[in-house]
Amino acid sequence: MTPRQRNRLALVALIVISVGVAMALALVALRENINLFYSPTQIAAGEAPRNHTFRVGGIVAAGSVQRAEGLKVNFDVTDGAHTVTVAYEGILPDLFREGQGIVAQGRFDADGGIVADQVLAKHDENYMPPEVADALKTAESIGVVNPHAPGK
Amino acid sequence: MLPELGHFALILALCVAIVQGTLPLIGARRGVGNWMALARPAAWAQFLLLCVAFGFLTHAFVDNDFSVAYVAQNSNSALPLIYRISAVWGGHEGSLLLWGVLLGGWAAAVGVFSRRLPLDMVARVIGIMGLVSIGFLLFTLLTSNPFERLSPAPMDGRDLNPLLQDPGLVLHPPMLYMGYVGFSVAFAFALAALISGRLDAAWARWSRPWTVVAWVFMTLGIALGSWWAYYELGWGGWWFWDPVENASLMPWLVGTALLHSLAVSEKRSAFKSWTVLLAIFTFALVLLGTFLVRSGVITSVHAFASDPGRGIFILVLLGTVVGASLSVYAWRAPTVQSTGRFALLSRETSLLGNNILLVVAAASVLLGTLYPLVLDAFGLGKISVGAPYFNTIFIPLMVPLVFMLGLGPLLRWKRDDLSRVGRSVWIALALCVLSGLLLPWVLFHALDPRAVLGVGLALWVLLTLAIDIHRRTRQRGLWPGMLKLSPSFWGMAISHLGVAVTVIGITLSSHYSIERDIRMTPGEAVVLGEYRFVFEGVQDRSGPNYDASTAFLKVHRDGKEIATLRTEKRLYRVQRMPMTEAGIDAGLFRDLYVAVGEPLDGGAWAMRVYYKPFIRWIWGGALMMSLGGLLVVADRRYRLGARSGTTEELLAVTTRS
Repeated sequence: MTPRQRNRLALVALIVISVGVAMALALVALRENINLFYSPTQIAAGEAPRNHTFRVGGIVAAGSVQRAEGLKVNFDVTDGAHTVTVAYEGILPDLFREGQGIVAQGRFDADGGIVADQVLAKHDENYMPPEVADALKTAESIGVVNPHAPGK
Repeated sequence: MLPELGHFALILALCVAIVQGTLPLIGARRGVGNWMALARPAAWAQFLLLCVAFGFLTHAFVDNDFSVAYVAQNSNSALPLIYRISAVWGGHEGSLLLWGVLLGGWAAAVGVFSRRLPLDMVARVIGIMGLVSIGFLLFTLLTSNPFERLSPAPMDGRDLNPLLQDPGLVLHPPMLYMGYVGFSVAFAFALAALISGRLDAAWARWSRPWTVVAWVFMTLGIALGSWWAYYELGWGGWWFWDPVENASLMPWLVGTALLHSLAVSEKRSAFKSWTVLLAIFTFALVLLGTFLVRSGVITSVHAFASDPGRGIFILVLLGTVVGASLSVYAWRAPTVQSTGRFALLSRETSLLGNNILLVVAAASVLLGTLYPLVLDAFGLGKISVGAPYFNTIFIPLMVPLVFMLGLGPLLRWKRDDLSRVGRSVWIALALCVLSGLLLPWVLFHALDPRAVLGVGLALWVLLTLAIDIHRRTRQRGLWPGMLKLSPSFWGMAISHLGVAVTVIGITLSSHYSIERDIRMTPGEAVVLGEYRFVFEGVQDRSGPNYDASTAFLKVHRDGKEIATLRTEKRLYRVQRMPMTEAGIDAGLFRDLYVAVGEPLDGGAWAMRVYYKPFIRWIWGGALMMSLGGLLVVADRRYRLGARSGTTEELLAVTTRS
């Protein structure tokens, strides 16, 4: 092997190794940080994972927002067919209100309640998170009347 | 009547773009001088017509002409004048028009500043930009006409999204777009050089200042967006790994790789095919970003409309541009000869490393951004990829990048050996480890391995730069020597120092911030470190197009009052949309940040109270990077006669400087 070939080989090895390491990192990181979305109906059917974070979305049910001490708050999220209760501690987004479509990210606690570490409500009053819109549509299509369908 | 004139000007601009995108290119192929000479006037005429169209749209906004659908959707008679003007690019149609205007502007600028370029090169560059322009103007006219009328006209408009009613947002889109569109020049130069077979040092030198200027705008645009998110979104974050932010970060990363690769192409005549590929990728990512933001596949603050027709159009445009340019590449690249050879330890290798890391970083961001879209498209479930993914992969890639950023400039072109690199570098390395350990401890009395790493890396950049300056000025003495150094050296130095400053800002603000979300009643106080925040109370007031509850907090330190912060909860009347205005006491070494949340029972309010050390350094560093870029462009050799100079002459000039 001439010195030039050796250099070239070293360079190629360097590139292959660094790209390989980056790929491995990416795949591991991706596997650990994907959050699947579940509708309240899917959660009621027990589809959501027990020990991994996930997202749940729907309409905040009217009259369901209850404050506790400090910044603790509980509210119900519904897709018309089923309802789940979400507990959260912190400041809710500006657009969070009853009747609004939201997405919460969190996990089950020991008692089977959902504890959210993030609540998202986008900055547009007409905006409906697409996952939530789909969830509502699915719930409706299986023959449940949706009392909270927006703007209908 | 006036909006129709604007529409007409837009159609005329498209006609001129068709001329600009065809005749000069054919002329350059066949050697028809007159056709090639059409390039410049066509570019100017197109720019002028687009400015006229833009002017008419602006007039419709200023004049509150709500018979124009786009104005009715994005403006209101109660909106202050400055925001009625910035509302021109506050929605989908107008921002596309701005895209077009800026693209025309860049092509016109190429026409002005290319006196020394051979005519066929100018014709090809402007011609290719004309082709891109055809695509975008067609897109605007067919799917997103900003001049469309509403009948009957509404009494008043639906108002601009309150989030966008902010000085930072007046500037952020034009800056970012200038950068986005500016990379079309680098793209056009690369393709033109490929087609003409003159992929030489002269080409690298011509396209370098254009690329740098585009990169400067993009850097500023991203920094402005991040700064705006920090003070306007009301939760004190400065980067969210939102798909739309990623859409701007990806071309920036690859564009940064392109800048460095162009330097090697210019000075060493190496990496040439790679540079061309980077130019193509950068522009492809710009188009991809436009697709992601404008097609509605991503829903965020930035995504205005979800019209599938638009998405498909941009996707086809993206496919055409990428497909065509890669075909040209496949056709011509085998003829490209990279003559510069280099050893394993050399500046070329360090720049190659820089390129690989930046491209891999961009690819991993791309993976995280597209993955949810791909899964959704194939019906495999709805997922979201969280910020932890991006942090786990991005930061480990940036660590070797910043390390190499310090070492690279010290290495010689072509070949170097470890013994020459010298003892001073080892001493610098030891100093970095030591001060990386010491500094966070002295400042914050707490150690975190990642903070040590960040601070150590930033100091590494600073110290290696000092060694570099010392070596370059050894013969003349420090001060006279420093005056003799070229602007392009100072540009590099300041940009690299900017990276160090940003690294410090990111590291210290993410590891040593104190954040408290609490419930506060008037009169109550909360202590964060040395600062005591007292909640004074809330007053109501009304602004031009909103009603607000303003909360006041006084901040004390060592018993002395140092600031009064006011934070507002606003309700915009037209859209009935609530918004939070944060109260910030800004400082070079720390920000005090408060944001009022929702009212709770018993007169209490939810409140965010944050102490954020060194956070300004994040954007300060970006400013320095931009400043450095401008200095590079100011270098004399880009203004010296490139004329029709041969490669050898140019090489001789560049290697001497």
